[in-house]
Amino acid sequence: MSNPLEPDVKTNPQGDPISTLEPEQKTNPQGDPITSAAPIKVGGGSKDPHEAAKKQRVVTPEYMFFEAPRKREFITGSEAAKEAVRRSNVDFSVAYPITPQSETMQLIGVLYGEGYVKEYYRGEEEYGVMSAIAGGSRAGVRCFTATAGPGTLRGLEPIASWPGHRLPAVAMFTCRVVNAPLAIQPDNIEVSYLLNCGMIVFHAENQQDLFDFIMKGFIIGEQNDVTLPVGVACDGFFVTHARNYVDMQEKGIKLPPRQAWKGAVPVLDAENPPARLSRDAPVQKSNFMAYNIHAVWQQEVWAAVERSRRYIDKYMGGMLTAENVEGAEAVIVASGSACAQSREAVRLCKEQGLNVGLIKIRSLRPFPTAELRKLLTKTKLVVIPEFNYVAWLAKDVAAAVYGYSNAKIIAGPHVYGGMSMPVEMIVDEVVGGLTGKKSIAVPDSAIMGRDVNQADVAHFMQNI
Amino acid sequence: MVTQSLPAEKDRIIVPGPAGFMPPSAAQLGVSLPPAGIGITYGHHLPEDLAIEEIARQMLTKPNATIFPGPMVLWAWNDHAVEKAQAVLEIAAQIPNVLIIPMPDYRPKYPKVDPEEVINPNHPNLTIWGNKIEACIFVGVHCHYANLTLKMIRAGTNCCTAALCAEQGHEDAMLSVHDMDAAKLRKVAKIFKRVREEMGIALPADGRNVRYTGLQSRVNGNETHTNPFSFKPGPPPAGVQMVPEGQMPH
Repeated sequence: MSNPLEPDVKTNPQGDPISTLEPEQKTNPQGDPITSAAPIKVGGGSKDPHEAAKKQRVVTPEYMFFEAPRKREFITGSEAAKEAVRRSNVDFSVAYPITPQSETMQLIGVLYGEGYVKEYYRGEEEYGVMSAIAGGSRAGVRCFTATAGPGTLRGLEPIASWPGHRLPAVAMFTCRVVNAPLAIQPDNIEVSYLLNCGMIVFHAENQQDLFDFIMKGFIIGEQNDVTLPVGVACDGFFVTHARNYVDMQEKGIKLPPRQAWKGAVPVLDAENPPARLSRDAPVQKSNFMAYNIHAVWQQEVWAAVERSRRYIDKYMGGMLTAENVEGAEAVIVASGSACAQSREAVRLCKEQGLNVGLIKIRSLRPFPTAELRKLLTKTKLVVIPEFNYVAWLAKDVAAAVYGYSNAKIIAGPHVYGGMSMPVEMIVDEVVGGLTGKKSIAVPDSAIMGRDVNQADVAHFMQNI
Repeated sequence: MVTQSLPAEKDRIIVPGPAGFMPPSAAQLGVSLPPAGIGITYGHHLPEDLAIEEIARQMLTKPNATIFPGPMVLWAWNDHAVEKAQAVLEIAAQIPNVLIIPMPDYRPKYPKVDPEEVINPNHPNLTIWGNKIEACIFVGVHCHYANLTLKMIRAGTNCCTAALCAEQGHEDAMLSVHDMDAAKLRKVAKIFKRVREEMGIALPADGRNVRYTGLQSRVNGNETHTNPFSFKPGPPPAGVQMVPEGQMPH
């Protein structure tokens, strides 16, 4: 029973008395104090932490991408991703921390505190995160998440279902090792798993690409005839943690909001039960579904990938860039960070008197098949350096130009598991490929196209 | 590339089927969606009015021509949806003996399907087969489900499909025009009227040109036909709030 002479002492959830000087602290359902949205006291008054976000103006994608003045800043890839999200009118973001993505999503949390992202929380793990993104997108809001390596693989089941459910969202993949022995180092083998999901996949070379691809990914993926998720991959650490110059629009403008009601599918109607989480229709063996419903559904997903080409051309200026390809003795084809190494290799080759071109592939899905066929028609040598063991890019390039080019295709050099790629490795392959000198880094079995010595390959395979 | 006349028979890419057990999608065959003002006829880009004329010819000459209205014109989401529904009825009013079979939603019908009365994207071929439909128009269907339906009909039936799309159009339809708002649907009705008159096809004097399906006939006193203008889409029932324009399906 309380003593009427002693006033009730208010206590916090831990039982400690709350002094009058201490303002009552709001907590989230887990009991953690909510600090990000709390008013900041300035000189006895309070300043709305969302003030700047509330003043952001909506501009057209065309103005944002092509006309708005830009200012150059020297920032990390994680900061570039944050700045892209700040300007992208994102409604919902959720993630689970994993190196090297953690800093990116921490910074998105800062954006939430500032009011630039409307909803944000940490998921329990990546399966839940990617499922939450599905729910958010299905409900019609603009969603962003990021993960890396093992997180990508853990979340792959829901990720692989996004395209079929026609769920636009942007997911950033800061690639790292996924396989044993586990490491946190750069390796982009996880991209090979993403390529067959039916989503659009971009590969950023640097911080500027990351900034641009994230913003443009929202607009491309949300087009009615596309209505697909977009994966923006970059090589972890090389891009996320390193600084580079990024040209950015002012913070006071943002993209138009998602218009989900214009999408290729209805949004989840949470107001009128029963709300169904599965996109109509779940396919079972039965007498009320046609035999080919799943087949035409998957055809439709990949048709949507095809349709995204014209928007990639419009907003990104094409799926690839080509430098000095016309008349080159050899062409290096690369994506992601390997482009930066390759550009330096081109310069070193030039010092040796070799005329070498560079094709940087920015969009892996859709893949620039027609563009490569045209560019590589007369090329004699193609060198494809990659930061992974399996050569997913080389396989795609070889499949694209098969029958359209007589080039000798060297699927290498490769480094993986955190190794850096000395530029000289690429130069060696170019020189070796042109002169016939045997490579010490690329096995004969990784050479495709013309001039392949079948006996050497057979010898290699027998002695592997 | 935009051509100015219908493609020759031998050049046509997307044609009435059955195309086979598992035909590639139109996108895989290289058919792309056209820009504003351009339609698709049999896989080729053609000025929109010419594409509409071809839709009219098919709907006026093929057996059991049918209009399949989807959820976006079937339900009174907003005033614009009602206006579009009325414009669809104007199109129907120009086609003698036309059927109107709804696609009210996209859910598989379980445990019993009645495909002759309702079309569903999970087995649209059954509706085509059951009614022996050889020309049809889809309007007001969300693009993803329209594309599933069009692919399946092309794979398994001999029906000539047309899409009147509010967005970018449909490669898998034999005939497609897009950016369809109410005004443009009314323009379609006018072109249908002109083509019908040029072909010398008369409408019934009493205006009862829409043919009932079996169920529609039973619930309408065993009448066989109706005047499409006798159906007046009205305001929602009392207590149902119409959402503002631009917030719900277009």
